[in-house]
Amino acid sequence: MNVTITVNGTPITADVADRTLLVQFLREAGGLTATNVGCDTTSCGACTVLLDGESVKSCTVLAAQVDGSAVTTLEGLASPDGQMHPVQRAFHAEHALQCGFCTPGMVMAAVSLLAENPDPTQDEVRAGLEGNLCRGTGYHHIVRAVLAAARAGREPA
Amino acid sequence: MSILGTRVVRTEDPRLLTVGGVYVDDLAIPELDGAVRATFIRSPVAHAAITGIDADAARRLPGVVAVLTAADIAEAMRPDKPMAEPLLAIDRVRYVGEPVALVLTDGTCQGEDAAELVAVEYEPLAPVVTVADALLAKTLLFPAAGTNIAGTGTAGRADPDRFGGCEVVVERTIVNQRVAPVPLEVRATAARWSDGRLTVWASTQNAQLARDTIARRLGLDKSAVRVIAPDVGGGFGAKVGIDRDALTVAWAAYHTRGSVRWAETRSENLSGMVHGRGQRQTIRIGGHRDGRVIAYQLSIVQDCGAYPRSGAFLASLTQLMASGVYDIPGCGADYQAVVTTTTPIAAYRGAGRPEATAAIERAMDLFAGQIGMDPVEVRRRNLVPAQAFPYRTATGAVYDTGDYASALATVLAGAGYEDLRAEQARRRERGDVVCVGIGVSCYVEITAADAASGETARLAIDGDGSATVYTGSSAHGQGHATAWAMLVQDELGIPMERVTVIHGDTDAIPEAVGTYGSRSLQLGGAAVHKAASQVRDKARQIAAQLIEASEADLELDRDHGFWQVRGDPTTALTWAQVAAGAGEDGLEADVRFTAPQPTFPFGAHLAVVEVDTETGKARLVRHVTVDDAGVIVNPVLAEGQRHGGIAQGAAQALLEEVRFDADGNPQTATLADYAAVTAPDLPSFELLDSVTPTTVNPLGVKGIGEAGTIGAMPAVQSAVIDAVAHLGVTHIDMPATPQHVWAAINEARAAR
Repeated sequence: MNVTITVNGTPITADVADRTLLVQFLREAGGLTATNVGCDTTSCGACTVLLDGESVKSCTVLAAQVDGSAVTTLEGLASPDGQMHPVQRAFHAEHALQCGFCTPGMVMAAVSLLAENPDPTQDEVRAGLEGNLCRGTGYHHIVRAVLAAARAGREPA
Repeated sequence: MSILGTRVVRTEDPRLLTVGGVYVDDLAIPELDGAVRATFIRSPVAHAAITGIDADAARRLPGVVAVLTAADIAEAMRPDKPMAEPLLAIDRVRYVGEPVALVLTDGTCQGEDAAELVAVEYEPLAPVVTVADALLAKTLLFPAAGTNIAGTGTAGRADPDRFGGCEVVVERTIVNQRVAPVPLEVRATAARWSDGRLTVWASTQNAQLARDTIARRLGLDKSAVRVIAPDVGGGFGAKVGIDRDALTVAWAAYHTRGSVRWAETRSENLSGMVHGRGQRQTIRIGGHRDGRVIAYQLSIVQDCGAYPRSGAFLASLTQLMASGVYDIPGCGADYQAVVTTTTPIAAYRGAGRPEATAAIERAMDLFAGQIGMDPVEVRRRNLVPAQAFPYRTATGAVYDTGDYASALATVLAGAGYEDLRAEQARRRERGDVVCVGIGVSCYVEITAADAASGETARLAIDGDGSATVYTGSSAHGQGHATAWAMLVQDELGIPMERVTVIHGDTDAIPEAVGTYGSRSLQLGGAAVHKAASQVRDKARQIAAQLIEASEADLELDRDHGFWQVRGDPTTALTWAQVAAGAGEDGLEADVRFTAPQPTFPFGAHLAVVEVDTETGKARLVRHVTVDDAGVIVNPVLAEGQRHGGIAQGAAQALLEEVRFDADGNPQTATLADYAAVTAPDLPSFELLDSVTPTTVNPLGVKGIGEAGTIGAMPAVQSAVIDAVAHLGVTHIDMPATPQHVWAAINEARAAR
């Protein structure tokens, strides 16, 4: 079937099998491979993207379901002039990534978390990231980065 | 001022944070255009004879290119030793998830459809699920071998009478359970046969080791195989070299003279990729009521899973490290490594050493409990003293440097041990439902165990004065590109942003070892340092000729990257000018660094756990550590390694366990069933500094990748037991799930 999804501001149309998942659409039709697949039970969160502004696990959404929607992936997060998003900057400054595989999903989950709760406590950050696994960092620096990004977001630019 | 030891954020990150890494399954390169997709047909039973495979229906399905079985594999590639592992199962399967056949299809999804149509007939055999079953030997996995035992060993003292003089002897059998490594990137491989050469893109920690294995198994010359490791999404030991499944994909490309790519599912990963740990340990500890331990025996039964792989090696490392940080002259250890009809076991973060630490630390706690002494005091009285290094253990390890008492004192002070004990006592007096437990572990571990193999580095100064490092070490998150560039900047004064680090391509780096056993910095980093030193020596000669000065009068201004006559900036030459003066040979050095012996990082961890005695739920609330890995090149990276290590150790203590049912069926083959540790399961960690340099390499560094796991696991386990010790609990096997803790509380109450 024919599906059109606006990804990072650009409409992508593709003729896909009914069973095509959003993550497959992004990776195969869109050629956007930052979004990773780490499991098959909606457990790991590596595939997290923003769907009309809210975080979803794109392995558990059919492309056909979101025909006509807008999706933001990691590749679309920086501003057009290449300036990284505050969450990306905080992940860099705080060493919140190692191998980078969970990072695209983790960053998108953090962006969504801060949109909902701009001033979270450490426990709220941890609870908010429960659906995103990272095997390398022990979460310590990820949590610190999200808190730092929240602080940066509250300070006048 | 030297850049070494300063907090430098990673140069790797901007790419990973904006466009993402390029892992094997992300590769969109012309060489893989038209590659077919591989899907494995895997054994659904733990142990069975294969009596027939009918793939006709699958072969007729549109999109199916081939269905390959053991019958397609040349006789010469079959295993020739009794317990050796085939590529595809030949006449018997020995674990659920074992590869039986391979479907090659044009598209991604057809493979799973086609796999459904391959009919494999199995004649069930009795499963051998536990090490006890394996030792009973009623069923043999490899009848030709005549045994289920894949290896045995002994070390240290063997005489039983060393326990004779002890006032107190405690013995207990404990479990260091099987866990899953769970790198977030599952296994993935792409392979292409073209022009008489096989190129393999693999998610591996060791491209060169993978190349050698592929060449050997497929009967190819090493020069006919190229292995490339693109970005690798975590390894933790489970991606050492190339495993059977990936090797089979490489073979399929060779066999079909085409291009094949494969990425497994997480369910395949959790039953098909190696697991870690899996030891049944019997600990026997003896000593006097004054706290002095004089005898210790660790007897290990190592579960190897269905094929030996590195199971016996892991147990030998456990054996080597049996006495830990303690001076126990009467220490002995022995192991039996056995095969079971379960997923094979190999290296996972720590690889044999966490098992040793968990055993001796548990033994110390049990001994302390028996004599009624504070477990910290018992430890203090038995530590190897700081003046005893180098220290040879009874089991044959030679510890290079250490100060164990200082590590313990630092962690106790940092955590406020006395205050914590007071809080524990207050809660117990009040009869709080939520009890607090304090667990302390002291550890020493072995890193770069194969120090003599060393590591390679080639450093070339390019025409524009920038530098390129070809490192034999292989990064998958550790931050080599940043750390190696720092080493070059420190030695040569070339700014790190002008240093390019290349790894993981056997054509660019033909000879190397790669990454495992916390060897990267002390061998791979030391090799970079050595190459840089040689380049500096060569540059000095060249600069002396160019300036027409004596070498002894020259200096390298490392702040600016200039060669000049000492104190005379008018003579300054840039690296580009010096490189140009090198002529056709170029300005470079190609080295292998080897160390005279392994290094032994050490430390102490203190965990504070709250246990709800009504539900059995244990929660880690604080974790304070000293992890002394010698000199620190970049504290940011070192902290990251410690954090990740602590999390994995705590995860094993509290949550994670691979389970099989009585028939050998995996019960934890998805991430919905396997309790991989999440952010809310953990606190932020409190890291304390300690630096005791080693003398075995010029950087003074030891390994840090696994230390956190080794220290954390016993501390957290001990804290959980300590929280409910006043209820009569003396031991809880890991993981300390609510079920285990609740059962232990109730058993203790019933026994009173």
